[in-house]
Amino acid sequence: MSQAAEPSTGQTENEATDRQVVIDCSMQKLFYGSFLAVRDSRIQIHKGEITAFIGPSGCGKSTALRCINRMNDLIPSFRFEGHVHFRGEDIYAPSVDPVRVRRYIGMVFQQPNPFAMSIYKNVAFGLKLNRVKDDVPGRVEKALRGAALWDEVKDKLNQSGLSLSGGQQQRLCIARAIATEPEVLLMDEPCSALDPIATRKIEELMQELKQRYTIAIVTHNLQQAQRVADRTAFMYVDSSQGGRTGYLVEYAHTRQMFEDPKEEYTRQYIRGEFS
Amino acid sequence: MTSPDSQSSQGAEDQPLDLNRNFRDRRTLTSIALSTLTTVVTILACIPLFSVLAMLAWRGGKRLNWAIFTETPPTGFETGGGFGNAIMGTLVMVGIAAVMSVPFGILAAIFLAELGPKSKTATVVRFCIKVLSGFPSILAGVFVYATIVLAMGYSAFAGSIALSVLMLPIVVLTAEEAMKMVPARMKEAAAGMGCTRTQVVWKIVLPTALPGMLTGVMLAVARAAGETAPLLFTAMSSPQYWIFEDGKLKLDEPASSLAVLIFNLSSSPYDNLLELAWAAALVLVLIVLFFNIVGQVLSRRKFKT
Repeated sequence: MSQAAEPSTGQTENEATDRQVVIDCSMQKLFYGSFLAVRDSRIQIHKGEITAFIGPSGCGKSTALRCINRMNDLIPSFRFEGHVHFRGEDIYAPSVDPVRVRRYIGMVFQQPNPFAMSIYKNVAFGLKLNRVKDDVPGRVEKALRGAALWDEVKDKLNQSGLSLSGGQQQRLCIARAIATEPEVLLMDEPCSALDPIATRKIEELMQELKQRYTIAIVTHNLQQAQRVADRTAFMYVDSSQGGRTGYLVEYAHTRQMFEDPKEEYTRQYIRGEFS
Repeated sequence: MTSPDSQSSQGAEDQPLDLNRNFRDRRTLTSIALSTLTTVVTILACIPLFSVLAMLAWRGGKRLNWAIFTETPPTGFETGGGFGNAIMGTLVMVGIAAVMSVPFGILAAIFLAELGPKSKTATVVRFCIKVLSGFPSILAGVFVYATIVLAMGYSAFAGSIALSVLMLPIVVLTAEEAMKMVPARMKEAAAGMGCTRTQVVWKIVLPTALPGMLTGVMLAVARAAGETAPLLFTAMSSPQYWIFEDGKLKLDEPASSLAVLIFNLSSSPYDNLLELAWAAALVLVLIVLFFNIVGQVLSRRKFKT
């Protein structure tokens, strides 16, 4: 179903101008219980780009990312004020099923989390879930190639996904996420558990993936944001009202953000004056 | 800040270096003594098991022959005989008890582990099940006697119910534990793929927890197979009847079981019957051992978490 819906989005945007906004994420207030985690932040994610969320620990960048596919809804005390428009539709509208949202907006997590099943079944999982029946082996291969993992695993597709190294596991998770061809891929610090070589591989992979998918990534690593992202959102923690509430300080093209930030906080953070 | 530090390190370097283990040092001696003690005690803990097994093998082993699987127990003055009906009775009753308690227990465990682990219901139920797991087994027998046997008479079915009452807490607690061991990040991944809660349970939690749950089932089966007290009041025993005969399961009649047979035979004065009791004990232990080993083998995961 998601496959059928995907190509119907407008593909006519002009490279020269700003690309089409796929996700317009406007978070007015975001609570866990009575704790205000994020406030007054609006981030627009453009089609075919990589958008990075940076900021110190606890600034709500992961929370913001998880708003986009409603993963926060798994936490019972979570409360959201604002809206997230995905292709113009508010995914927080009462009639929307969060489960369906997640089939269009895939996610890769901080810790590689393959299922305790074979490599093949890991990748085929989403296809089975979406009742895709035709050419499953072909789609699995395509996804594994897309995640730059095919050559390493093509002879051991029946081995456990957990037998792979950390970097391979993370690419397996990417393959699993892209097998169903979602429109948007959310990556929550996908490299923080990986060594520099595996990190580099994932970063190269992201450059290829953005030809076909829109990507939003949370990262602790400023250089990573600088290397991979087209746009960068800098979030910071406001502890003035007692709590530790995250908010968006600045959102701009990555180059502009790193060369000439508008905000003083951004400037200090990028220079490493605090963290 | 730095000066006392550098001074003390210089002072340490002045002293002669002594890295040899000193056996007159009290700490060394205490450490050796405690390590030895724990090793010895650990080995001693196996002695009861092995002495029971050795005695059973010695006293029951000599009566092991084909007849014990095919014949029914003899009366006092006869020779030979067997207890095939008791073996079959134990297997059938335990099997029926498992069919009743396993689905029930696993569904309950799904609620406890996944759907409402912190809910009030779960807290109360979990407490009750823990109490039930420490329940004296004879009370299960008395309970079924009062509720079912008094109304319907002694039957194999009543015996199965009593056994299932004892199996239930083991199944629930081990299945819950096995499901809790499924890493949260796998469930998160499944949810992120667009799984509903039910799909997360069915497609990820249950398959991943399956080996652990099967181990629990096997432990419950092994325990039920060895129980005497709950069957004394419910299935009674029937020395001559086979629970499965002429293609029919006779669940509404009293049935023989190994545990009750051992209990009955061991109080008889006849050597032949005493020998049979030993042989029955050996067979029972072998059955229990078999289920335990199957449980262990099943717990070896194909895809470890």
